[in-house]
This record gives sequence, structure tokens and C-alpha cells, in this order.
Amino acid sequence: MDAMDRAIVNSLQGGFPVTEQPFADVATTLGLSEDDLISRIGNLLVQGTLTRFGPMYHAERLGGALTLAAMKIPPAEFDRVAEIVNSFPEVAHNYARDHAFNMWFVLATETPEEIGRVIVKIEHKTGHIVHNMPKVEEFFVGLRFEA
Amino acid sequence: MHAAQIKTSSVESDTMPIDTTDRRIIAATQAGLPLVTRPYHAIAEQLGIEPQEVMQRMNRMCESGVIRRIGAVPNHYALGYQANGMSVWNVPDDRVSELGRKIGDLDCVSHCYHRPRHLPDWPYNVFAMVHGRDRAEVEQKVKQIAELLGDANQGHTVLYSTRILKKTGLRISA
Repeated sequence: MDAMDRAIVNSLQGGFPVTEQPFADVATTLGLSEDDLISRIGNLLVQGTLTRFGPMYHAERLGGALTLAAMKIPPAEFDRVAEIVNSFPEVAHNYARDHAFNMWFVLATETPEEIGRVIVKIEHKTGHIVHNMPKVEEFFVGLRFEA
Repeated sequence: MHAAQIKTSSVESDTMPIDTTDRRIIAATQAGLPLVTRPYHAIAEQLGIEPQEVMQRMNRMCESGVIRRIGAVPNHYALGYQANGMSVWNVPDDRVSELGRKIGDLDCVSHCYHRPRHLPDWPYNVFAMVHGRDRAEVEQKVKQIAELLGDANQGHTVLYSTRILKKTGLRISA
């Protein structure tokens, strides 16, 4: 990653235009050619510096639902339970964390009602309680990472 | 660089009309925009609709907040933000909104939410995600939050991620 890649990562975390030739518009402000910008973004994606390039959607505003859920899993069962939890397509992210509540995942469903149904299914398949921690209020979203 | 947004999720879910064409555009773009000269034209062609319509609809979704933003989504691990601490706080219920907003205003905090307690094991009602290049940086930022809360902090801890077990984007079907 060179200085120009950093400039791209830092300046393009939002505000990408909806225009005929958006890459050309942005390339001008960065002092690049359109082709160069497109190939650099492609490389950043291939290298894994960027996970995605495009619109970020607000799931709840699409009628979908999101929740954060936590489980307390004994170490000996952890991998087995992780495999079951991950097998649900509604599980978008799942992280192991160093706490008695050691498995934390985000559930995303198309309707709010499905959240409860998926939780019951996960409990049934794993034999462990799922602690549902839906957001009551959101204070801020959208950190920008500096490259 | 960012302004705090205060929203209540239960309100916003009923207010946003999305039609079938919007959903098709969402399904076609959620993995990313095509990396071509005219990305919106490419989507239009794929869906068999006019480019102008794709752009109008995407602009409208940006305005209504259905699209949070368009751009690069960095992998924070790849950028050297190796430490990701989920700080959780027990604050008085009648001050959650006020204090959550203050925490959210800090530059080091990416996400801040009020979530329900699960007593007796889980007394925490505010979650603030803190990112740093290492744990020392995260701890420093957590200290900042503790100072900000003062007496209102009735207990906190930080949960570090030790492994990513699964990471996929949100999938929205057409």
C-alpha cells in the first residue's frame, strides 16, 4: 500500500458519487486517472485491505432486523457450537471473545419476527441459551479507519 | 469527521417504503459496485432498467438513510487496527441516552448502543466498540470513557475478540 492507496482508503469511506462516471469524478480530485483508480481499488480488494466497495445498507430500514446475541459455551463444546451457529445463514458475524459470555454473533433476518424463531432454533440445536441483546437505542455508527 | 446520530430502531423500521425494484438494486449491489467506468449503467443493464432510474433510486436511498454511505469498506485488521475491544458499561437507566451520546461522540468509538441487561450475569446496558492498534491503545481509550462517565460508571469490562468465527456481509434478497 503506497501513499496513493492510503489516500484512496482514507478519502473514499463515504460520499462516492452516484453519477455517470463516478470513478472518473473521484479520480480527478485524487489526481489519478480513472483507470488507475479502478485498478487500485481492485487491488485493495484482492489484497484484503478493503472488504467491499459499494453501498452500505441499513438493514432495519429495509424492513429487516438485526440483533446481537451472546452465548456462554464451555470450552470443550465451543467448536461444536460454533459450527452449528455458523451454519445458520442468518448469522452474519460471529466472534469468540475472552469472557464467560464467549460467543457473540449478529443475527440478520428479513423480518423482526424471524429473530425470535432463529434464536429458538439455535438454542434447540446447541442445547445452550442464547442471550438476545437487541439495540434499544443507537448513539453512533460509522467510524472511519485511517490507513 | 462524523456527527453523532441518535435513532430509535423501532421507529425507523416502519417508515421506509422500499419497492421490488429497489430490492433488486440492493441485491445487485450489496456485494459491491462493479469496478467499471459506468458502474450504475452496468447494474441497470444487468437488471434491465434505465441507468437514470438506478441512479435516481440510489440517490433516494442515500437521502432516506436506506444506504448509510457509498464507498470503501476497509478491513480494519489489514489497516493495523488489530485490537478490537467491546467495552460494556453499567450506567443508571435514567441516564443511558445522555451518557451513550457522550460516549458516541468520542473519536475512538465506532458503535455505541443501549442494549438490555441480562441479570444477574450481565449487568451492562451500554456497549461501545473501541478500536486500536494494540490493546494498550484500547485500554487507554477505555480509561477515557471511564473518566467521562465518572460516578455514573457502576461497572465496566472490555471483551476482546480472540477469533473471528464467521464474517459475511448482510444478505438481502431481492
